[in-house]
Amino acid sequence: MTLALEIDHLTKSYASGVKALDAVSLHVEKGDFFALLGPNGAGKSTLISIVCSLVRKNSGTVKIFGKDIDVDFAAAKRHLGVVPQEFNFNTFEKVLDIVVNQAGYYGLARAEARDRAEHYLDQLGLWEKRDQASRFLSGGMKRRLMIARALVHDPELLVLDEPTAGVDIELRRTMWSFIEKINAAGTTIILTTHYLEEAEALCRNVAIINRGQIVERSDMRSLLAGLQRETFILDIEGGAEPELDSQFAANLVDAHQLEVSIARGQSLNPIFQALSEQSIEVRSMRNKVNRLEELFVGMVGSNGGAQ
Amino acid sequence: MSRQVFIAFATLVRKEVRRFMRIWVQTLIPPAITMTLYFLIFGSLIGSRIGQMGGYDYMSFVIPGLIMMAVINNAYSNVASSFFSAKFNKSIEELLVSPTPNAVILLGYVCGGALRGLLVGVIVTLLSLFFTSLPIHSPLMVILVVVLSAVLFAMAGLVNAIFANSFDDISVVPTFVLTPLTYLGGVFYSIDLLPEFWRSVSQLNPILYLVNAFRYGMLGVSDVHVGWALGGVVVLVAVLFCVCLYMMEKSRRLRQ
Repeated sequence: MTLALEIDHLTKSYASGVKALDAVSLHVEKGDFFALLGPNGAGKSTLISIVCSLVRKNSGTVKIFGKDIDVDFAAAKRHLGVVPQEFNFNTFEKVLDIVVNQAGYYGLARAEARDRAEHYLDQLGLWEKRDQASRFLSGGMKRRLMIARALVHDPELLVLDEPTAGVDIELRRTMWSFIEKINAAGTTIILTTHYLEEAEALCRNVAIINRGQIVERSDMRSLLAGLQRETFILDIEGGAEPELDSQFAANLVDAHQLEVSIARGQSLNPIFQALSEQSIEVRSMRNKVNRLEELFVGMVGSNGGAQ
Repeated sequence: MSRQVFIAFATLVRKEVRRFMRIWVQTLIPPAITMTLYFLIFGSLIGSRIGQMGGYDYMSFVIPGLIMMAVINNAYSNVASSFFSAKFNKSIEELLVSPTPNAVILLGYVCGGALRGLLVGVIVTLLSLFFTSLPIHSPLMVILVVVLSAVLFAMAGLVNAIFANSFDDISVVPTFVLTPLTYLGGVFYSIDLLPEFWRSVSQLNPILYLVNAFRYGMLGVSDVHVGWALGGVVVLVAVLFCVCLYMMEKSRRLRQ
């Protein structure tokens, strides 16, 4: 088994005394689409910043495709591409220059760098903007520019730190599809996001970090299988106030919405039957929240989020 | 240096040169105007009343110092502002996440700053030809001193930029340290004119040695021993390089 990322006993305390990471170990396989989740201040960004060498660790090891960042810094870095949470490019520079210069820092000759920049800017719908100063781009375009910049040296491991934050839903879906394509082509992806439906839809494996420790590490399917209850919202019409058996934990949100919580595996038929007997019509039904969110809140909620 | 590392270095230098060329109105024109005013006022107007200094007319005496002043200020301010801006807008992370070694990042910025200092030096030299003819006593000494001075102060600018927390911080050193040292560094006068005590104090000023070594290269006259001056600059460049590299590796202002 080839590991794209191998983190062992990683510890980091800041000068302020905050212990951001407490002996964290995490292995991500080659080709994986991996979610790293956690509340604000849990240690996600510190972990990613150490992998990218923007933050110094106190102890532990980090290997990228088997290359230790302390021993073989340059080789490890060549495998890695990073899309950070905040915009971190010179807003006075032109879009094309930002991507071509980044390729140069990875040792790509100018002609090749330009070809690759054209390829990725075109793929991400930014080629028309290539001669524009980056400060004139919209928020979504700036996010895509950072993705193009991270990919220009063809990294085998791409770390995306909240890449769709503040991006509208249409653009978010376009970015999902692009990232899925990159993953299908063989690039290992590590994604941190606050949109848990994003992680649920895209990622095969997941780790949840809280207070500097990994509290869950599993594949997405097994994790979701651990969900004990599901909540549905039923849009109802007609009849009097519905009355349901207490096992369904029903709650009337308003005259037209009924919230029903059921145990995993329990049949919904008795609910429909009872409502039908009360002359109440069910027009539609949907999940109240995405399933991962319920699990996530269960795991980190009781301990509190931010440090 | 491997090919990949060389490409990273060349990319950074190219970016730095393009930056100061793109804003040439802010980077190249002001020193040209300031130095022209110095030539007019100190050289032509007041200089004609001062007479000779160091065996040369005052205009010829003052020009090497003014060229050196322009080189020092521009090499320093280029790196200080460019590196601090990169820190401020976080674009320095583009380099820090890449495989580019710290020494190459340091050399790239220093080379960019030194090139601006040298370009301004050439512009000021060309302007000075409108006021007087310039003899060149030792071309090798001229080139050696001007290049070493540009490199030295570009590195000093980098130290300032790494320490700086705000844009105000990058103007403190030029205002309160660099300008007084330059003005008191024998640009406008020979230290032979000073009383014994102030002459001794002046000899603690490193810029005095740079200005005099450069003046020696052009005119063949100097207030200090040129060999010592050159040796001192080489040592300072080596020491400051080590300081800069240490800060690039260890400073919490770059990597927490």
